[in-house]
Amino acid sequence: MSPLLARVDGRARIAILLLIAVAILVPVLALATPARSAFHMPPYLVALFGKYLCFALLAVALDLVWGYCGILSLGHGAFFALGGYAMGMYLMRQIGTRGVYADPILPDFMVFLNMKALPVTWWGFNHFPYALLMVALVPGILALAFGWFAFRSRVTGVYLSIITQAMTYALLLAFFRNDMGFGGNNGLTDFKDILGFNIQSDATRAALFGITAIILAATLLVAQLIVTSKFGKVLIAIRDAESRTRFIGYRVENYKLAVFTLSAVLAGIAGALYVPQVGIINPSEFAPTNSIEAVIWVAIGGRGTLVGAALGAVLVNWGKTYFTGALPEYWLFALGLLFILVTLFLPQGIVGLISRRRTIPEAPRGSDVEEGKVDPADVPAAAR
Amino acid sequence: MRLRQILGFLLLVLCLCGGLASTARAQSLEEALAGFTTDEYSDTDKAITDLAASGNPRAVDIIGALQEGRLFFSADAKKVYIKDRSNTLQDAATGAAATGVSVDDLQAVRLNNRLRRTVDAAIGGLTLLSNDPSKRFDAAQSVFKSREESALPALQTAIAKETDARIKRALTEARAAILGTKADTDEAVKLGAVETIRARGDQDSLGLLSEIAASNEGRVRTAAQAGMSAIQARIALWNNLQNVWYGLSLGSVLLLAAIGLAITFGVMGIINMAHGEMVMIGAYTTYVVQEYIRTHNPAWFDASLFIAIPLAFVVTGIVGIAIERSIIRFLYGRPLETLLATFGLSLILQQAVRTIFGPNNREVGAPGFMSGTFDFGGLAITYGRMWIIAFAIIVFIALQLVLRLTPFGLKMRAVTQNRRMASAMGIDTNRIDALAFGLGSGIAGMAGVALSQIDNVSPNLGQSYIIDSFMVVVFGGVGNLWGTLVAAMTLGVANKFLEPFAGAVLGKIVLLVFIILFIQKRPRGLFALKGRAVEA
Repeated sequence: MSPLLARVDGRARIAILLLIAVAILVPVLALATPARSAFHMPPYLVALFGKYLCFALLAVALDLVWGYCGILSLGHGAFFALGGYAMGMYLMRQIGTRGVYADPILPDFMVFLNMKALPVTWWGFNHFPYALLMVALVPGILALAFGWFAFRSRVTGVYLSIITQAMTYALLLAFFRNDMGFGGNNGLTDFKDILGFNIQSDATRAALFGITAIILAATLLVAQLIVTSKFGKVLIAIRDAESRTRFIGYRVENYKLAVFTLSAVLAGIAGALYVPQVGIINPSEFAPTNSIEAVIWVAIGGRGTLVGAALGAVLVNWGKTYFTGALPEYWLFALGLLFILVTLFLPQGIVGLISRRRTIPEAPRGSDVEEGKVDPADVPAAAR
Repeated sequence: MRLRQILGFLLLVLCLCGGLASTARAQSLEEALAGFTTDEYSDTDKAITDLAASGNPRAVDIIGALQEGRLFFSADAKKVYIKDRSNTLQDAATGAAATGVSVDDLQAVRLNNRLRRTVDAAIGGLTLLSNDPSKRFDAAQSVFKSREESALPALQTAIAKETDARIKRALTEARAAILGTKADTDEAVKLGAVETIRARGDQDSLGLLSEIAASNEGRVRTAAQAGMSAIQARIALWNNLQNVWYGLSLGSVLLLAAIGLAITFGVMGIINMAHGEMVMIGAYTTYVVQEYIRTHNPAWFDASLFIAIPLAFVVTGIVGIAIERSIIRFLYGRPLETLLATFGLSLILQQAVRTIFGPNNREVGAPGFMSGTFDFGGLAITYGRMWIIAFAIIVFIALQLVLRLTPFGLKMRAVTQNRRMASAMGIDTNRIDALAFGLGSGIAGMAGVALSQIDNVSPNLGQSYIIDSFMVVVFGGVGNLWGTLVAAMTLGVANKFLEPFAGAVLGKIVLLVFIILFIQKRPRGLFALKGRAVEA
């Protein structure tokens, strides 16, 4: 076994193998089995679990910054949505003359809004590679700019959380505007095909699922390699004692910036995989609530475990699907209780509960105390 | 019948002062009415003018019917009929019920926009001497707008008789409007008219003066142009004041929503994401109080807010203390976890309210003293907004007094500044934490009472304020109520000034981006605490 692979722990190995198996098995079950067979997977389930895997990818991205670097971003939904919009714009351009107004260049909503020419922001999106580039670049550059300002002036902790929330809120408001040229309130929808394949067909759905599973597996692998590298160790040091790491001589802000940007790109990719599978992207994806929900996936699965984050995302969303169908009244109660109970009683999440092995040197909790920001005696007695 | 007599007198005056261009004036009602039966706009026009000048007491009814599209004619019989509101026909000339004709055989007298103006002016002239002061005022205003020269004699009579200063001014302005635009008025009179119009100073006067400036030479033109710039400056000033007022109003709403947060965040460093839900609970308390009063003692409705304010404070205060004791105290020193737990709590509270009260907006009424508007110079001020600003200021002052003058306030400040030392001095910091959280929540509840007056009371009420409140607290600086005040007012006013040229949404985005950038520069807000507390 190569030294690189040795750094991938058992948990991650199982998860990666499982994902690869699913990536092969699900398309087979969905396409090659007859509809009546007990092994047949109905297309709606394929799309549903494809969606969960996209959320899992977002959760892994978030875990990378929050679990390993202590940056609680309440704006990752924005990067996810931006990636989704980039993909949506490509899909929109693919509609071509099949739209209601049959304009070969302009999407329907632009014709409707009396726009004469394609806005600059839309140029090039008829080329798939360009769209893919934008999926990574747009969230990446936003994160780079935002992080450069924020980390350089040492905005940390809850302040950072609040301004990331303000960022996604501002984007939410902006994308609601028709003048932005991104479809306003309705967003982008009515997609026809992707790379020439019908986006509605079962085969495309199954293929998209497989691709998502493979990308998630690859992301887990790469993320695992990152957090076990020297770079990753510095990240953990920053999480546990930021000032100390700085005094030792590390440029904390550069490390933070790098991991924040990488995480934003991953979130963007998750969004880009999400849009063709659900068939719509609209401004509500920027809603601050979405970003906070993503945080709870990570918390429930297990902060700082990567695999746990993915697991948490799938479990919570599966629960959401079940609850909103069976007991719609109680979903918010359940979600709210999850938030409270997990933070109070399960700081390590599900993964922490299952495997008592300590893979993280020190629990993330109480990091402020360690850092010397808060004198232990300053914390009310009840908390100690 | 006194009204009719006065109108008759007025029309007589109109006839006698023959300053009109029309030469062939029909004296009899029948002759005038004949003009309506040809279905030609020019004839209708002449008929209206003649009718107004005829002095006949029926003129008001006929022209009024024409204005409302109830005037019909038969081209064959050369007769004109009025259809009254109960759909029966009467002969326009006599007012007697018309028999043997049906509306289906008749044609309506048609109007175009030019004729509608003539009609308005005629009615205006006919009602200038009405007994009802508000009708006289409206008539003066309509003459001011129409500038119908035929109304001039009636105006002169009306001005001479008028005793109400406000109406007299309106009448004088109407006369000035006519004289100012009339071609053959002599210069001195025109200059006087320009002065009067300038003193009126609204948008209409501006248009009028620009017309006068365009059609005159020399001194009149100069005076009109000077008047225009004076009015423009005045309007701009009032517009700015209006923006400031709206901004303060928005700012006081932000202040009310944020000030409770400033206490919990400032004193205890707790990010309470459920703060908006405290506001929402306060609003629902108001709803419950009003429902109770409606069913049990409707006469007390005007007092509902005064009952709701302390009640909301107590209810949300208790909820706040319960939250602190059951959840937050286990999470001290872990701000990010607190944020998540309180967010979960906010979801539960929202859903609980949705389950109890339903997902729709609840109707919360405004008591008598909260509704209506009054004019202050060029500002239209609504009582509701004014009382909310007053309430925000009262809450702010009361809170300052509590913090400065009471033993509880002293202990709270001590804990804020140095928790360990306060504890060593014998202050029960746990108790202070719980009470401070209760106080912050209680103030949020009172804010909810105020917000129920201007916003929809729905389970989502709190959500829409939480981000704005955080922006205010972070912008103002943590642990400093003055900072919160300045930040709330600054953001409110800036928002209203950005709105006209950026639009409401873009204005808000600009402010959010501004705050994001501002935090980079001053991570601790406008008024940061100095000293050791900064490190906490």
